Amino acid sequence: MLELTLVSLLNGVVYGLLLFMLSSGLTLIWSMMGVLNFAHASVFMLGAYFSYQIGRWIGFWPALVIAPILCGLIGAAIERYGLRHVHKGGHSAEILFTFGLAYLIEEFVTMIWGRHPLSNPVPPAIDFSLFQIFGTEFPAYKGLMMLISVAMFVFLWLALKKTRIGLVIQAALTHPNAVAALGHNVPAVFVLVFALGSALAGLAGVIGGFAFLTQPSLANTVGPIVFVVVVLGGLGSLAGAFIASMLIGIVQTFAVAIDYSLLDLLQALDVGVSATSPLREFYSIKVAQAAPILPYLLLVIMLIVRPRGLLGTRDV
Amino acid sequence: MSGEATAFSLASTGVGSRLLRYKFWLAAAALLIVLPHVPGLDGSFGRSLLSQMGIAAVFALSYNLLLGHTGLLSFGHAVYFGLGGYVAIHFMKLLNAGLPVPIAVVPLVGGLGGLFFALLFGSVTTKKGGTIFALITLGIGELVYAASFLLHGFFGGEEGITANRVRALPLFGLRFGPQIQVYYLIAFWAFVAAALLYAFTRTPVGRMCNAVRDNPERAEFVGYNPRYVRLVAFVVAGFFAGVAGGLHAINYEIVAADAVGMLRSGTALIMAYIGGIGHFIGPVLGAVVITWLQVNLSDYTHAWLLYLGLFFMAIILFAPGGLAGLIMMHAPIVRTRAFPRVLAGYAVALVPAIVAAVGASILIEMSYQLATHPELGTKIRLYWMDLDAATPWSWAGGAVLFAAGAVLFRLSWPFVARGWQRATAELKQSAGGVQ
Repeated sequence: MLELTLVSLLNGVVYGLLLFMLSSGLTLIWSMMGVLNFAHASVFMLGAYFSYQIGRWIGFWPALVIAPILCGLIGAAIERYGLRHVHKGGHSAEILFTFGLAYLIEEFVTMIWGRHPLSNPVPPAIDFSLFQIFGTEFPAYKGLMMLISVAMFVFLWLALKKTRIGLVIQAALTHPNAVAALGHNVPAVFVLVFALGSALAGLAGVIGGFAFLTQPSLANTVGPIVFVVVVLGGLGSLAGAFIASMLIGIVQTFAVAIDYSLLDLLQALDVGVSATSPLREFYSIKVAQAAPILPYLLLVIMLIVRPRGLLGTRDV
Repeated sequence: MSGEATAFSLASTGVGSRLLRYKFWLAAAALLIVLPHVPGLDGSFGRSLLSQMGIAAVFALSYNLLLGHTGLLSFGHAVYFGLGGYVAIHFMKLLNAGLPVPIAVVPLVGGLGGLFFALLFGSVTTKKGGTIFALITLGIGELVYAASFLLHGFFGGEEGITANRVRALPLFGLRFGPQIQVYYLIAFWAFVAAALLYAFTRTPVGRMCNAVRDNPERAEFVGYNPRYVRLVAFVVAGFFAGVAGGLHAINYEIVAADAVGMLRSGTALIMAYIGGIGHFIGPVLGAVVITWLQVNLSDYTHAWLLYLGLFFMAIILFAPGGLAGLIMMHAPIVRTRAFPRVLAGYAVALVPAIVAAVGASILIEMSYQLATHPELGTKIRLYWMDLDAATPWSWAGGAVLFAAGAVLFRLSWPFVARGWQRATAELKQSAGGVQ
């Protein structure tokens, strides 16, 4: 039991940190521009594909630097040449633009790398066992993932709270007009934030490409979960995103390991459920089976009960 | 969008246009009757295509009640299409078992199913509009899709639920076996649904939906609870999505998990938006065009989803009014003397546009074949050309065509603009003359 708990906890933390890498960029973009960026997970996917390609051409360590920079440039271009033009059409037009973009990026990736998952093995440089826990090896790439994620959190935290540009960004989140009146170039700040968020997503893609299958549907599998994290954490709150990532990561990892259903619980409590009850099938779903839908359940409940999320200061 | 909507409503409240409006509906009915006998569409393929278009049109129209009329961006509208479809297919199984009801009422049952679930979910999702609504519909869409694999009794798992549309009480001797009978059933329901939806947009509630879209605070000051108005729109949209789901159940005799999936929700969104959300007829246009592309383009190219995505993006960036908006934009200038000049401008711009499209499609098709179908080799036949993706010449040729076409297209814009300037100047002049 202790073994299961510890291993699940560790895996949950690793998964949660990966989610945080993805959601930190999204929560910045979203809180600043009010845009539900559907293409964020697609940029993450591009990061994974870029790192695969650059890794084959040059090597893994250069890819770790170049892929995020490419993703950042793409993000800047999206903001400058796309979003800015649809901005006058309101939030719906912006959301639809990123929705269409996500769709296009998926097809673009298919066009270049094909529909099948790439064999994207962990590069030898980080493919060794860091330590053992109850006989289970803990691979080094997961350690690197944790390290980068924590470093990202610290960097963002310091950059936002302690630097001048961070102050301007924070002010532009809530009072763009006042910031512009003070002589700051708010559109340039928008481009910067979008580029930064996309670069972070790309960095997550380089690392996370090993954790997921590198295939065109990758964006669709992680995209909605990232929205869940951002909503749960609270709009624009870095700490909130961190807590929510951990929560989702740990809840999902533990849920997969729990092989009990509501029916078992009811029986343990001596509550009888007749074999013909129409709800019997619902009760007999095992927690492990329901694991993939738990985040969405949390999302819907959170939006109904508290649309500002755990640490958010304003509604979505 | 709202400006166009007001223009539309102003135009249609005139005295003479009342007759025109009925004329429009009569013409639509006549078209629906004649279509399956038009050469080219009178085969089983054409009739099946028309049936699919009818289903898609009802679904897209119901979606646009949310997006276009109430300003609610939903990412989970297929939930009500699919759940309505599941209710309908279970009802069809009852008919197969001997319940003495004709199959023609199944869409109504599907609609009631959609209405029930829209009321159930809508009571919590329509509290807020905007981004919260978009997210919550996304969450519920994912939930229902995932649940469809967990609850086998209702959803039937991977295989879905099947039923037979022929084994039911005949209606006037019709058993709805042949596709032509199914087509007329779908056409009938599509016509009724479109008429009812249009009528809904003309009621005071429908008007309040527009008010809630444009300015919820003001609507509240007038004395209407925006939350209640949103809920009414949501439930009505859910009902008609369920009707479309019921038609889907009749047409395919199977409802599976893809009916509630995200992809289908996205399709409704894309159809409504490409068609034009600011005009009532827009989603129908979108449904017809997209269904046609889905059925035909997918035969010719593996990259058709990419083309569809590019088309969608082009509409978002350059024609937010959609196809209907583009058409309506030309309505006032058709009678001007400068109109031929506008057309001439289009003709000038069309040539480089085609060149650019051919160049782009060469690059896209070669890349797609190499990436997704390496077993087909590097040889590819496109239009009239035999290309070999292994030689750099094919790539260079495609790139040159695309670049040259794009540059010339950009240079041809002033021709189009000049025609438009003349036409609008002429319009202004004649408007001044009237005053």
